[in-house]
Amino acid sequence: MSKKVISCKGLTKRFGDFTAVDSITFDVDKGEIFGFLGANGAGKTTAMRMLCGLSNPTSGEATIAGFDVYKETEKIKKSIGYMSQKFSLYDDLTVQENITFFAGIYGLSDKAIKENSAALLKQLGMEDQANKRVGSLPLGWKQKLAFSTAIIHKPEIVFLDEPTGGVDPVTRRQFWDLIYEASGNGITIFVTTHYMDEAEYCNRVSIMVDGRVEALDTPTNLKKQFGLATMDEVFYHLAREAKRGE
Amino acid sequence: MESVVVKNITKTYGKEKKIAVDDVSFSVNKGELFGLIGPDGAGKTSIFRVLTTLLLADRGSASIDGLDVVTDFKSIRNTIGYMPGRFSLYQDLTVEENLSFFATLFGTTIQENYDLIKDIYIQIEPFKTRRAGKLSGGMKQKLALCCALIHKPNVLFLDEPTTGVDPVSRKEFWEMLKKLKEQDITIIVSTPYMDEANLCDRIALIQEGKILSIDSPKNIIDNYPDVLFAIKADKMYPLLQALSVYPKRLASYAFGEFAHFSFQGKPNQPDLLQFLENKGIKNIEIKEAAVTIEDSFIKLLS
Repeated sequence: MSKKVISCKGLTKRFGDFTAVDSITFDVDKGEIFGFLGANGAGKTTAMRMLCGLSNPTSGEATIAGFDVYKETEKIKKSIGYMSQKFSLYDDLTVQENITFFAGIYGLSDKAIKENSAALLKQLGMEDQANKRVGSLPLGWKQKLAFSTAIIHKPEIVFLDEPTGGVDPVTRRQFWDLIYEASGNGITIFVTTHYMDEAEYCNRVSIMVDGRVEALDTPTNLKKQFGLATMDEVFYHLAREAKRGE
Repeated sequence: MESVVVKNITKTYGKEKKIAVDDVSFSVNKGELFGLIGPDGAGKTSIFRVLTTLLLADRGSASIDGLDVVTDFKSIRNTIGYMPGRFSLYQDLTVEENLSFFATLFGTTIQENYDLIKDIYIQIEPFKTRRAGKLSGGMKQKLALCCALIHKPNVLFLDEPTTGVDPVSRKEFWEMLKKLKEQDITIIVSTPYMDEANLCDRIALIQEGKILSIDSPKNIIDNYPDVLFAIKADKMYPLLQALSVYPKRLASYAFGEFAHFSFQGKPNQPDLLQFLENKGIKNIEIKEAAVTIEDSFIKLLS
């Protein structure tokens, strides 16, 4: 049996009388690419914050890389990587400075930082850019760099919150090559996206509607289950029933 | 009749003269829904800002309904509507206050042009006393569209109205644009989402300040030069890796649950199938694929 890296059961978060996340239950395996979809306001960000150890659940259970989301949040933070479209790298720092900074935050030794960042720059073909400020790089490069930095400490899981917005279709695919490679190396990928073709690239996909996980399966099975041709249609079918906005 | 004419517009920024828009020309007919399709940094916003008289081009000229964007900027501002990419309404004003503010600026009232915005406004009217800053993304977008329409513009500029919006709200937004088109308003809209291109009458595919192609979505697709195949197997990444080393490969890339693939020279599916099987790929399915705008864009980029 494959190892469960994320396991949550009845996980719930309430803010006052508003239930942002309503008893979600699922497991994610080691090395799996897990798509976490939902309309704006469905509760994705709140759920992700709980899974990252940044927000205490109201009720339910969850373990991330074997650590409890109530009691072992510091251990969770060391076992995960995180990248979002909104914030990932410091524009005013150089490529090398960003890598050194984040690797340091993730607790790598000076020696490991040196080795890992050299390997990272080589893998991305960015050796010549090492001393350029991140703000001057094209968006696609920034995204690739942000992803590689988020996994520089070889975490068990990397959380990607809409990582590929705004880039051209070729660059978007290059980004997914990095995801596949990381997954092949045993890193679990937990990704949100508004691009439904990217949902098809995931091993399994969950769709959240109004705080609940309304569907969870492989893209092929989901399409079969709803008798629809594309993930776009499956998403639309489920999410248009949503009662609440953001 | 041409509503928007752009001739050889070039725009550079900074001391280094970094080129944002590179000798771009196109024209948009009255009542047309025209899409600028391209990624971040392609120059879409710079083009919008030149056309909405907010930015001077280095070279070239442009006009809106015969009015020059430089010399007649004041008249143009009264006849266009502009919805910038970033939410630009007053967060501390309510929905209704924002709308009447913009109506007043243009010397009109909400009542006068209510017909035009009615279909959109009724969706946010229940929240009309809510501050704009407290609205959801989809509602903000609807309010911004109402504010851009309230003076009954001849030309509407929408800069990435659906970026960061979920697929359901995106679909609703495009439904609204279709209705507006019936009112004979010229609409220029930009988007990084290739699937939205099909909803435009004509599109310009744009990358790094240059227009790669301008035509109707159908013509762009029909002009795709290669035979495109969709290939499926039990695992995507090994399939992509195997395809990338096939000797007679012209192009291969992931496309949803399939990989899209084209041959150098004459297609030979049995040979490809054999090759993939030898590479250990299982459950292979090869069929001819319908070309999409995204395929065309990828082809133009290569």
